[in-house]
Amino acid sequence: MNLSFGPLLLVVVTFFPALGAVALMILRGDDHTYIRRMALFVSAAEFLFSLGLLTPKINIGQPGYALELNVPWITSPPIHFHMGVDGLSVFLVILTTFLTPISVLASWNSVHHRMKEFFVMLLMLEVGVVGVFLSLDLFLFFLFWEVMLIPMAFLIGIWGHERRIYAAVKFVLYTMAGSILMLVGILWLYNRTGSFDLLEIQRALQTGILSPKEEILLFLAFFVAFAIKVPLFPLHTWLPDAHVEAPTAGSVILAGVLLKMGTYGMMRFCLPLFPVASHRAAPYVAAIAVIGIIYGALVALVQPNLKKLVAYSSVSHLGFVVLGIFSFGAIGMQRAIYQMLAHGISTGALFLLVGMLYDRRHTFEIAQYGGLATPMPRLSAFFLFAVLSSLGLPMLNGFIGEYLILLGTYTSHFGPTSGNGWKYAAWAATGVILSACYLLWSYQRVFYGDVTVEKNKTLPDASERERFILATMCAVILWMGIGSAFLTKRTAEATNTIRKQMDRAAWAKDAVPAAGNGVVITSERSSNR
Amino acid sequence: MTPQFPPAADLYRVLPELIWCGFGLLLMLLQPFTKSRGILAGFAFVGAAAGTAGSYTAYQHTGAGFSELIRSDAFSFFFHLLVGLVAVLVILASDSYLSRERLEAAEFYALILFATAGMGVLASAQELLTAFIGLEMSSISSYILAGYRRDTLKSSESALKYFLLGSFATGFFLYGIALLYGSTGTTVLDAMGDADSNNVLLKLGLALILIGLGFKVAIAPFQIWTPDVYEGAPTPVTALFSAGPKAAAFALLLRIFATVPAATQYWFWAFWILAVVTMFAGNLGALVQTNVKRLLAYSSIAHAGYILVAFAAVSGMAASDAPAGAVPAYAAVLFYLLSYALVKVGAFTIVSQLGGKDEKYVTLEDYTGLSQRHPVAAAALSLFLLSLLGLPVTAGFFGKFYIFKAAINSHLIWLAVLMALNSVIGAYYYLKVIVAMYMRESAEDSAATAPIAFPATVSVVLAVCALGTVYFGLLPNQALRLLLEKTLIGGLK
Repeated sequence: MNLSFGPLLLVVVTFFPALGAVALMILRGDDHTYIRRMALFVSAAEFLFSLGLLTPKINIGQPGYALELNVPWITSPPIHFHMGVDGLSVFLVILTTFLTPISVLASWNSVHHRMKEFFVMLLMLEVGVVGVFLSLDLFLFFLFWEVMLIPMAFLIGIWGHERRIYAAVKFVLYTMAGSILMLVGILWLYNRTGSFDLLEIQRALQTGILSPKEEILLFLAFFVAFAIKVPLFPLHTWLPDAHVEAPTAGSVILAGVLLKMGTYGMMRFCLPLFPVASHRAAPYVAAIAVIGIIYGALVALVQPNLKKLVAYSSVSHLGFVVLGIFSFGAIGMQRAIYQMLAHGISTGALFLLVGMLYDRRHTFEIAQYGGLATPMPRLSAFFLFAVLSSLGLPMLNGFIGEYLILLGTYTSHFGPTSGNGWKYAAWAATGVILSACYLLWSYQRVFYGDVTVEKNKTLPDASERERFILATMCAVILWMGIGSAFLTKRTAEATNTIRKQMDRAAWAKDAVPAAGNGVVITSERSSNR
Repeated sequence: MTPQFPPAADLYRVLPELIWCGFGLLLMLLQPFTKSRGILAGFAFVGAAAGTAGSYTAYQHTGAGFSELIRSDAFSFFFHLLVGLVAVLVILASDSYLSRERLEAAEFYALILFATAGMGVLASAQELLTAFIGLEMSSISSYILAGYRRDTLKSSESALKYFLLGSFATGFFLYGIALLYGSTGTTVLDAMGDADSNNVLLKLGLALILIGLGFKVAIAPFQIWTPDVYEGAPTPVTALFSAGPKAAAFALLLRIFATVPAATQYWFWAFWILAVVTMFAGNLGALVQTNVKRLLAYSSIAHAGYILVAFAAVSGMAASDAPAGAVPAYAAVLFYLLSYALVKVGAFTIVSQLGGKDEKYVTLEDYTGLSQRHPVAAAALSLFLLSLLGLPVTAGFFGKFYIFKAAINSHLIWLAVLMALNSVIGAYYYLKVIVAMYMRESAEDSAATAPIAFPATVSVVLAVCALGTVYFGLLPNQALRLLLEKTLIGGLK
């Protein structure tokens, strides 16, 4: 690949699905075979394009952004079409492009009406999510962040289950409430720095132009938007509704990548832009995260609804990610990125499996199942694999993330008092135990024992298509578990950069008089570009 | 000195108004000779378009005319184009409505043209009595238009309400002019620049003028008439009301603002409070509406509130430091009005078309499942609603964005936060319509099941509105640069 073509790859990766969506719209609405094939082809091609980001020439894993594209877009105020990719975003993009064809395959036979619109929405959603991860201009970021809402709301609202409309509207309102405050924050930053460009804002803020109170308010404006998306306790109430009502593909994308937009935002924006405020907020955020871990697990424990159980397990697992991020340690943050990806895959797999059960029985009630291992041994094997990965069995992808986040939390401290990390780690560790409880217990109730419901005796086992989907997911789970070095090698520098930005900013603010600022800026530039 | 015929340049400065009025009169004369709706509509269309084009001639003769009564400048040019465009679109959209409802066409078009001429006068008025004439021209035509379906109870109620409350508001406006004249000895805005800003009469006069114009743009607490009038008026007329007169009245407010420093000083808190009250009144009112016309009426109240946020930003900026800092806020208002006009005309045109005979289908219930039967109409209406909501890739987003930016530049953080909160409330009821169209099954007897055609004229209107909404949503550069460089710095002080 030619390097001058490199930056264009970002545009291709972002907008190719939109092109596919347009192509889909041209197809006849009743042409189901071609619609499905076209959607699969587009999303698979998109996956391959995004793998192009990993080619050695692009060299992900170096300090700064491996690829950057910066074109002026709107002149007043100066808004640039500024995109870039680094170790933090690259795998999230690939996770998105990987889960989309999987979702297309998963919807192969379960979407019956308005199929064309369904796939158009799925592809538009992909555009929005990938755009969010690649944007380096706050305005552009906000734009993708908002644009992505509509296809997701439609996916839930049109193709969802009984209470779909309620869930769709709730999802949009929650997210909008957060994001519009973030817009106010973005504009405030623009007012202070004269730029929407993330790198320029970073440089400007490191001269310490924000008062501490201002910084806290701005931090909150961004953080609340991200916390709603993650979702952090107590802003999580939209999530179970959205998940339960969404169609399988929607749930997979929602759990797999949409939630990561929140944690990604925290790492990309909250921490580097507002380091002092982040440090001050860390004890509270960590406490909320720990509450979320335990609360999510406890609610999952008593869920009679299998899909809701998985949804609440997301609340719990994402708590670990936030805890890792706000430990500010190299290990914690590094593993938070890893855990985002691992959760995307294993929870995605769980939602796929739950969706397959639903396709057969049209219910999520655990009580309606039982003894399914007898009629469908293959499906239950895959389910067990996903469950084990989600609860953090060593060798599988859930283990390293959660274990090292706990370790990172243990060794770091929250707030000024040193040595208090172990308290947070100890409470969070109960979440690991609880997750084993609710996952294994629900697995036992669904798959083991006698077949109690007559209908379940004749359920068909996983079809070839389903086996292909599940085998792929399980392969990735296993690969992530044993080959995590591939990922961490590339994400390490990104976390380092964030940590450096945080430290240097704090240092510049506290000690350095005006003359010193120039040095900070130049060295910052060299490390960023 | 003997009275003279005004010089040609002065006539050029009012060319759009002359054309609009002239075509209006001709239309009324034409009526006895032809029954063809097509000819009348075509004639009206040509008149509206010619007047709009004529505003370019007016723009070429920049300057004050008729001894300082009016001023032709880039600012008035913008508003002439805007109200002219609205008139053109509304005339195009009305044809099928009028034939469906079997209403007389000639007077209808003539009244639209007269109203437009009045708005034009309002936009270029440099003197308060001239502004009053413009206001009356547009208002009286509007009163008649609101009651144009005179067999319908609602339409008559709408006209009567509009007339009674409107006359009352006009009284306020006139009284305000009188007080201003009493305190400054002039009605020419330019001459009020160095008025003693501590004068009580001046303050009172400005307050009364604000009330009078506040009524016209539907600012709370002078907004009570809006839902009833919007609901009762024929829908194409509602489209006109929501875009044209509002823009023109805001134009006059802006001009007073930019030329009378005392206004900027006194109106800051008034605008701050009115903005908040209006936003909440509009959005909370809209939440419980089931009639789409009423819903859009409440939404237009809310949007007047958003625009007032920009006004507060302007006065906050102008009162504090550099008046030049206020320029982007002015531009924000103009951009907002442009995007808003496109969206509202588009939305009401769809509502008018879907209404069917006797405006039968206007409730949310009638819109259920619309996307199945009329995918294009549903998509277009969704686009307009999303623009009102302020979602990216629509003009409405940039409109709101610029207002946010203006507010934050003036350090009105709390006002911006309240506006943000209101946007979320707004999202709920706009979504309600989209949800009905896309996510619910259609009811027995509704717009989704009735045979409804979209004639070419209506399609053109919708295409213009939709393309404009997307264009300004993607590339606001061109429009904004014009607004920033020409309209404001050249036109206002």
